[in-house]
Amino acid sequence: MTDTDIIVVGAGPAGSCAAIAAAKAGKRVVLIERGPFPGSKNMYGGVIYPRILDELIPDWFEHAPIQRWVVRRSTMLLSDTGAFNIDYRSNAWGQAPYNGATAYRPDFDNWLAQQAVAAGAELICSTTVTGLLRDAQGRIKGITTDRPDGDLTASVVIACDGVNSFIAKDAGLYKSVDASNYTLGVKETLSLPKSVIDERFGVRDNQGVDIEILGGTSGVNGGGFIYTNLDTIALGVVLKLPKLSAQKKRPEEIIAELKRHPAIAPLIEGAEVIEYSAHVIPEAGLDMMPKMVADGLLVAGDAAALCLAAGIWLEGVNFAMASGMYAGQSAAQAVTAGNTSASELQSYTKKLNETFVLKDHKKLRKIPHLVLSDRVQHKYPGFVTGIVERMFRVENPHPKPGVRRILREERKKAGISLMDLVRDALTGLKGFG
Amino acid sequence: MSLESLRAANNIERDNTWAEISFQERIDTAEFRIHERAHITVNGDSCRGCTTRECVVACPANLFVPTSDGGILFNYENCFECGTCYLVCNQAGAITWTYPEGGYGIVFHRT
Repeated sequence: MTDTDIIVVGAGPAGSCAAIAAAKAGKRVVLIERGPFPGSKNMYGGVIYPRILDELIPDWFEHAPIQRWVVRRSTMLLSDTGAFNIDYRSNAWGQAPYNGATAYRPDFDNWLAQQAVAAGAELICSTTVTGLLRDAQGRIKGITTDRPDGDLTASVVIACDGVNSFIAKDAGLYKSVDASNYTLGVKETLSLPKSVIDERFGVRDNQGVDIEILGGTSGVNGGGFIYTNLDTIALGVVLKLPKLSAQKKRPEEIIAELKRHPAIAPLIEGAEVIEYSAHVIPEAGLDMMPKMVADGLLVAGDAAALCLAAGIWLEGVNFAMASGMYAGQSAAQAVTAGNTSASELQSYTKKLNETFVLKDHKKLRKIPHLVLSDRVQHKYPGFVTGIVERMFRVENPHPKPGVRRILREERKKAGISLMDLVRDALTGLKGFG
Repeated sequence: MSLESLRAANNIERDNTWAEISFQERIDTAEFRIHERAHITVNGDSCRGCTTRECVVACPANLFVPTSDGGILFNYENCFECGTCYLVCNQAGAITWTYPEGGYGIVFHRT
């Protein structure tokens, strides 16, 4: 007899959804969190797209502790002095059935874990899982923890232990770990009165803004972001790891430079840093994903590199919640069937393949690499801002140069060959589906 | 008001720069519950042979400090537990990385 049916390691969005799904299926579930409360270790940009919660928590939008509903979505290209902003607004996103929301992860994750408790899962905090327990045949049968007498056995372990997943690595599910598949996200939470944020960003009540930035990262491949919370602004940068160390620029210096940009500085003027935070992001999508199933083991969320970093689409929490839910359902089915072998648990990968979780990743497989490529990072922002700068600069008495000439001259100035431009455009068109 | 002071007022530019906070002030905004056991250890011998020092640049908490004798001084206490250091390190075995004891380490704020 095992101590429990299913152990879920990590009470982030993946783990809590796994626990909710398995508990709702009537299984005994233990949800283990190493932080003092769920969400205490967790940080992101970011925006949550909670639609996937409809299945587990139908009335989530009435209770989830969100900050603002995103009604303005901007993509900003920065050169040293210029900014080209594509901005879309839809107040409909801020009303039922809603779209994306900003939220503090310690609030949101904690709430989601409480939903798991309400569904019948047992939540154990302040406990670090230190390894896997195996039987004589090497089959996973539980976990070891840093608590005295803290070993725990189960029919299935679901590893939702985040981007560093020592469980997935322990189980040999990652072929290799390559730094170039990861980015470092650093963020400042900047305090400003709500009325000032509303005015500066053109929103009111609980309407919010999401600005994704290409360029402005001091020559380090990556990107920037600004999100509005009720009375704070989350501002940060995401930096490709090997490039970051090669450039000899420290993360906080890159943030400081972004904050000084003439397009950014007025948005945050007078704001005070109330929290600095950092987290690593699995950025390479399908090409870095581990095997997600072994005998008695499933992997979900960031632990399985299920984070979508596809330039115009930057999502992670929804992928975590969905994969966690499907893992919890598959684990519960396997326990009911009395067979928790890898082949039985493949129903999990089947589900991921049938849904957006892997469909999106397959469709967008090439995009993370394209977005972080040197040309897109270092040449295109200057190219595009250069075009716009000249298109709207009236040089009377000279006549307008014409768009084709501007395009040609700016492309040459940016050092982009026509071949490369066509190639990247095709990769983009094909890659974005 | 004289013409002179009007001219001066005309030249006042809006100041969009402000004093960046010190690194220590930045780190002090985060809460760290420090356990007596170091969850990350650094093998000084490997570091002495390393010329690239990726960790020194990349660690967001600036926990890796080069010493005058060519080694690395490391402090685990203000660690965000992000994993950047072991990911960028190219000296096999130089950084031994585990999570801190349950309940300890970085604690991000709730509202």
